Amino acid sequence: MLYIKKNMTKLITTIMMGLLSVFFMIPFVWMLSSAFKYEKDVMRFPIEWIPKSVNVVYNFKAVWMGKVPFLQTYMNSIKISIIVTLITIVISTMAAYAFTKLRFRGRNLVFTALLSFMIIPDQATLIPRFMLIRWLGLYDTHAALILMSMFSIYFTFLLRQFMVGISDEYLEAARIDGAGQLRIFSSIVIPLCRPVIATVAIIKFIWSWNDYQNPLIFLQTKSLYTIPLGMTLFRDDYTTNDAMMMMASLSAIIPLLIVFIILQKQVINGIALGGVKG
Amino acid sequence: MEAAKRAMTPDGLQKRKKFWTPRRKEALIGWLFLAPEIVGMLLLNVFALGFSLYLSFTSWDLLSGISGIKFTGLDNYIHMFQDPTIIRALKNNLIYTVLTVPVPIAIALVLAVLIHSKVFWKEYFKVVFFIPYISSIIAIAAVWSALFHPSLGPINQFLMDLGISSPPKWLVDPKTSLLSIAIISSWAGLGYTIIIYMAGLTNISNELYEAAEIDGASSITKFLKITVPLLRPTTFFLFITMLIGSFKVFDIISYLTEGGPDNSSTVIVFRIYEEGFVNYNMGYAAAISWLLFAIIAIITAATWKMRKEE
Repeated sequence: MLYIKKNMTKLITTIMMGLLSVFFMIPFVWMLSSAFKYEKDVMRFPIEWIPKSVNVVYNFKAVWMGKVPFLQTYMNSIKISIIVTLITIVISTMAAYAFTKLRFRGRNLVFTALLSFMIIPDQATLIPRFMLIRWLGLYDTHAALILMSMFSIYFTFLLRQFMVGISDEYLEAARIDGAGQLRIFSSIVIPLCRPVIATVAIIKFIWSWNDYQNPLIFLQTKSLYTIPLGMTLFRDDYTTNDAMMMMASLSAIIPLLIVFIILQKQVINGIALGGVKG
Repeated sequence: MEAAKRAMTPDGLQKRKKFWTPRRKEALIGWLFLAPEIVGMLLLNVFALGFSLYLSFTSWDLLSGISGIKFTGLDNYIHMFQDPTIIRALKNNLIYTVLTVPVPIAIALVLAVLIHSKVFWKEYFKVVFFIPYISSIIAIAAVWSALFHPSLGPINQFLMDLGISSPPKWLVDPKTSLLSIAIISSWAGLGYTIIIYMAGLTNISNELYEAAEIDGASSITKFLKITVPLLRPTTFFLFITMLIGSFKVFDIISYLTEGGPDNSSTVIVFRIYEEGFVNYNMGYAAAISWLLFAIIAIITAATWKMRKEE
């Protein structure tokens, strides 16, 4: 009897929470439905959640083949996010390995120092970084964006946490068998870290894809823009309408949404594990 | 500790037969593996912060080249504390913090507890509330900006339908612009807060609740007497992270209002951006950068002290 009562309460809570989650998702549902509509129907009230007349092909063409080089910004975002993710993984995994499995003087001091650098906000160093990029001749290039986001103490810390758990004896055995440090790193530690590397990769990819501040400051040429910056082109173009804008927003979100839904466990656990957003 | 450290270093073992002893080799590889991270961090954080300190005592417009840097002493700082836009920005940052930290933390705590143990299909709820967090904040801002449209937007049409004849003008009204931005970013960040709370909840043992149930405690008593106190470290962590985050807010403001209307939503980072990259007052922008750094350093230091005292 108690069991049934408990489950009834749970069921009612689930229904209430379900309604709340639908309410929470209204902005996304509205975006999705507006992306399919004729402009004149977007702001019609009461809202037509399921559009009576569909204009999705026109909206799609206006976004992807219109005046704004949206396809180009998409390609740029894919390219930059992949490169940034790969380089970050290499740099952070190497550092994490040195911090956990190599013994040398000064190691802990460096680690403490790096952690303390985390309090320096990116925004406080924008001016010198901008000067550095100009001095290097990298202003208005993708290389500038890559350089600005390939170092991450946060991910080094995350990987280190994981590597601490790899038994030293296991590595010692490999060493006795004559494997060098590079061998141990590349053929033992990296494969063992695959799950955490996957987590880091997904989170880094998402953050890089959504980065707005760096492209805003380091890019000027429209054909080099990434997606978030490309969104401003629609906003500033007088021919843009709401239906088109919602199609653009939808297009910007969809790839990440798919990745997230497939790999939700890794993303959520990774965020919970680190607890901090870099 | 000291002795143990020394035992690991090569000092004691230098018989000088071979220079590259295994320990030296290990140290070399260690430093090589760390090198990219160290160089990157020093250059882009430490050196950059120092250089921006130097710049903050100068006047420089970028276009005149390095030779155009003029030393002006404390002028930038004196000007900063008399600059009404900076004072407005600081005030706005504080209001934004009040709006985006305590309320979302409280909502997320309740939702996390409900999702953790009081519903079926836990995973579904986790995912749904987390979706805005992984979405581009710019795309989200574009959606909300249409929803908040003062005359045609669905939100105001709904309010008018309820009989409110002159609903707020949201983003375009100086009185509500900051509030509107706070609503959007709280909505977008809620999933993160829930996920962190849920991670904290898995650490609370079930036995405590079972014992309380035997004593006949109600759900609300259990929540107030067990869950809330035991989640204190998580709450503390979220509070600090979100507090610091709220002082760094930029993207959404830059995209939606550019600090307006009438500076009603301007914030510190937006001042850095506008002074530096729109007006090219690089020296002044560097001084504001140091104001930001000082605020964050003070918050961090205060936090450490609080944590130690606990």
